[in-house]
Amino acid sequence: MQNFEYANPGTLAEATGLLGATWDDAAILAGGTDLLSLMKDYRTTPKRVVNIKSIKGLDKVAKAGGGLTVGAAVTVDDFMENAAVRAEYPSLVQAAHGISSPQIRNMGTLGGDLCQRPRCWYFRNGHGLLGMLNGKSLIDGGENRYHAIFPQGAAKFVSASSFAPALIALGAKLKITGKSGNREVALADFFVAPKSDTEREIALKPDEIVTEIMIPSAGGAKNATYEVRQKDALDWPLATASVVLKMNGKAVTSAKIVMGHVGPTPVSADKAAAWLVGKTITAETAEAAGKAAVESAMPLSQNAYKVQLAKVAVKRALMMAAGLSV
Amino acid sequence: MATYTWPEMKSRKVIGQRLSRLDGTEKSSGKAKYSSDLMPDGLLHAVLLSSPHAHAVVRSIDTSAAEKMPGVKSVRIVAKAGTEIQWAGAEIAYVAATSEPAARDAARAIKVNYEVMPHFVREDQITRAGNRAKAAGEQITGDVDQGFKDAAATHEGEYAIPVITHCCLEPHGQMIEWKGEQLNYFPSTQNVSGIGGDLARSLGVPASQIKVHMDHVGGGFGGKFPSDNWGKECANMSKDAGGAPVRMYLDRAQELTIAGVRPSHFAKIKLAAKADGTLTAWESSSWSTGGFTGGGMAPLPYVFTNLPNKRMNHTAVSINGGGARAWRAPNHPQASFLTCAALEDLAAKLNLDPIEVFSKNVQFTPRAETYIRQLKRAAVMIDWQKNWHPRGKGASGHLKRGLGIGIATWGGLGHASKCLAKINADGTVEIMMGTQDLGTGTRTCIAQVVAETLGVPMNMVVVRIGDNSYPASGASGGSTTVGGISASSRKAAAEALDQLLDLVAPQLGVPKDQLQAGDSRIFVKGNPDKAISWKAACQKMGPKTIEATGENNPKQPGGLINQGVGGIQMADVTVDIETGVVRMNKMVAVQDCGMIVNPKLAESQVNGAVIMSICAALMEERIMDEVTGRVLNADMEFYKLAGISDIGEIQCEMEIDEVNDKRGVIGLGEPCAVGGIAAIANAVANAIGVRVPSVPLTPDRVLGALYGNRMERLA
Repeated sequence: MQNFEYANPGTLAEATGLLGATWDDAAILAGGTDLLSLMKDYRTTPKRVVNIKSIKGLDKVAKAGGGLTVGAAVTVDDFMENAAVRAEYPSLVQAAHGISSPQIRNMGTLGGDLCQRPRCWYFRNGHGLLGMLNGKSLIDGGENRYHAIFPQGAAKFVSASSFAPALIALGAKLKITGKSGNREVALADFFVAPKSDTEREIALKPDEIVTEIMIPSAGGAKNATYEVRQKDALDWPLATASVVLKMNGKAVTSAKIVMGHVGPTPVSADKAAAWLVGKTITAETAEAAGKAAVESAMPLSQNAYKVQLAKVAVKRALMMAAGLSV
Repeated sequence: MATYTWPEMKSRKVIGQRLSRLDGTEKSSGKAKYSSDLMPDGLLHAVLLSSPHAHAVVRSIDTSAAEKMPGVKSVRIVAKAGTEIQWAGAEIAYVAATSEPAARDAARAIKVNYEVMPHFVREDQITRAGNRAKAAGEQITGDVDQGFKDAAATHEGEYAIPVITHCCLEPHGQMIEWKGEQLNYFPSTQNVSGIGGDLARSLGVPASQIKVHMDHVGGGFGGKFPSDNWGKECANMSKDAGGAPVRMYLDRAQELTIAGVRPSHFAKIKLAAKADGTLTAWESSSWSTGGFTGGGMAPLPYVFTNLPNKRMNHTAVSINGGGARAWRAPNHPQASFLTCAALEDLAAKLNLDPIEVFSKNVQFTPRAETYIRQLKRAAVMIDWQKNWHPRGKGASGHLKRGLGIGIATWGGLGHASKCLAKINADGTVEIMMGTQDLGTGTRTCIAQVVAETLGVPMNMVVVRIGDNSYPASGASGGSTTVGGISASSRKAAAEALDQLLDLVAPQLGVPKDQLQAGDSRIFVKGNPDKAISWKAACQKMGPKTIEATGENNPKQPGGLINQGVGGIQMADVTVDIETGVVRMNKMVAVQDCGMIVNPKLAESQVNGAVIMSICAALMEERIMDEVTGRVLNADMEFYKLAGISDIGEIQCEMEIDEVNDKRGVIGLGEPCAVGGIAAIANAVANAIGVRVPSVPLTPDRVLGALYGNRMERLA
């Protein structure tokens, strides 16, 4: 780990003032569950590490406008134990359970979950976000069993966030604070597919901090997350799906389906969701929606199985949301 | 030579008791100090710079910048210019500095100019191995062709089991320091008595200069016998730094890349049987790698060694990968998986219950009775009759349950071991032995044997191990420890007692052969009221102590120890055929291992072995990248191991009875780590109706076996 200066600001203004124009100038430390390993492996070598856990208010969950405002430094554990979260957003609690290490749930934060770097082993072994060596993709003909089935251009890693699919399905927005103030961005627009190794996978500038996650009221909509994971204990999911269903009686009036761990960003399955409108959720309609959700998948050489897993994740999330057993 | 025996099973007070391990609280509370916990004042931290290339020649190496960096005390080059590197992760140079970050930064400042050469890192397709493949010859017994002609059914299959690593939680390494002429060496090892001599040889110093000490070791599994080059380099760096203590442990990536692997095994197997399941012929063509030096043939056909007609061919494949080391039951888990998978596939073809087929064929093993008994017992434990169904004929729905069988054998004869027993005048007892507690409960077993022999409570016995100044005891490998240490400590304690009886016989007025120790007393056999308390007896020593030695010599094992065991494991799994995810319901293990010193520790051994088998069956594989030649999952994130919730229920049966007990003590570490992979793989085949030919049984492989090329169209 390269030597660095440690800063412990007490206010957001101080914190943004300590960030720099490039990612090498400063890194934001919240739970540290990803940052420390990136630093130990020299994947990131910031000159300064800025701890944001001492900033007042960043660790609060508050009711606002019928929904919730969640500070970026709220830990996964505090979040999933929050009564308001549990009451309205089972999909988020289920996603939190998928972070199956109590240590990471205790240390890791909501903001950190959204900003963590991809787990792609070519990236982690020093070949960049696009996994290139001498101008050629290592991923295409290489070990891509865990990679994207919805690649976007040269980006073939999968977004690592556990909460993003569920939050996007619920229509969450982010508050991002920079030196010149705050901006809001829809979470769906926060995740981007980099076109080169110098770009990032999130729409955050090096001198900005994700400070709040704003989750609208579910308004009675049913929601659920299903993760396909090989291990029950600590493991990354192979494919996930989060769904939000508005119902009129048994009929779906609107639906949102977002898949995780299948592409460099969370992948919305809008066509499949639209197809569900007016239908009742059964094993058959859920299966058909799952099929539709992966219709445009473009698996790599080793990961066709993930197409099946994503389909099953969608099917099961829909059934769970509708109260059917899976 | 005196004859030594164990007390009758019924009369034992301490041996055979389910006692908790003596160091359990210390270990679980974090109080126990492993060598890697040692951080003395003035400590230097050393790191290893390893090769990023799988095959290269070092053209030049420049350490000048690193040497000038703050805190750097010593830089040592391993791979001088001209050195040919044969695997990624190979040692290039070491740096010792006043902090670990300083050492890491300095290691990164070493400039190495490599001439990169073509590498070969994947042995799965033998046809691509070219001159990396070396045929090891053919072995033929009987008339194989006639054997196939005599059969009612023949099965041909291809099976694969990959390279996996030891993945010790405490990585390889040591803390080491020169104090004048003495080298104090605190390694993480399975070989306390032998590792000092090993290091002395590589340093070119007298073995008498090296003092080895280790209280606890965080996992070995066969990978921690030698002192390794890092032992030598760190000793030299300590010398460079005027004798400062130097601490160096491999980082996780290095631990999984260069600290040893279990060889892979691939095999095309053809076997045939009569309609009743009796095997008539075996033919296998196998290949394996354990790294650059290739890999030997696993013992095929496993256990059924007396099959009359068999033909085996094997090819060793050299790859540019880190080398093999002994891995808990070397080559046995692979052989068991290959053999049992083929056998259950043949049973399915014959529409026979695999228990029948195993039972029919145990006649070809050296211990038919043992296996028959164990098959019956395991079947009851897993409720075979209720839960088994013909292959693929289970319940409807996407969750499929299945059962499977795996078989094991091992030797387990106690190794050479010397023990010094000391009885003090206050009645306390000290045992000194240059052995190590690999996590198996060696300390506790020694104390139990000694307490039993002397008739004193456990808390009167202090066990001192983990130091090469004590009488030498063998390395803990090949299930040899419990036999060695129980025999030598039994003998040493018996000899010490004999000396004590000399002192008390006059007072009790009988010859010493009529005296017996028990319940903290020495008493006359048949007349327990005629006695002297242990304390009073020991006081007779006056200012002296009693010292006696005992030795186990495996060439003359005597009646205390034995070898040769069998084991049967059965697995109960549920497979989600929509996701390919396998969940463990239950594993049962029936294992004989002679006289059992402590059933709780024995079961703990079996539990650990079953968990290792679950990991290896479902999750573990070293993933090599063909282009970069590197290990892609040299971490504990994608080198997957089971967590508690992935394990399911484990039930073990140690077959404690008079007949097994009379055999004497036999090692247990290996045999219980053999059959589990086969059992799980067979259970999955039973559940889903098709064979998943390669372990680990990951979702991609399970779905691939179920749907093959249809997988893309499935969705």
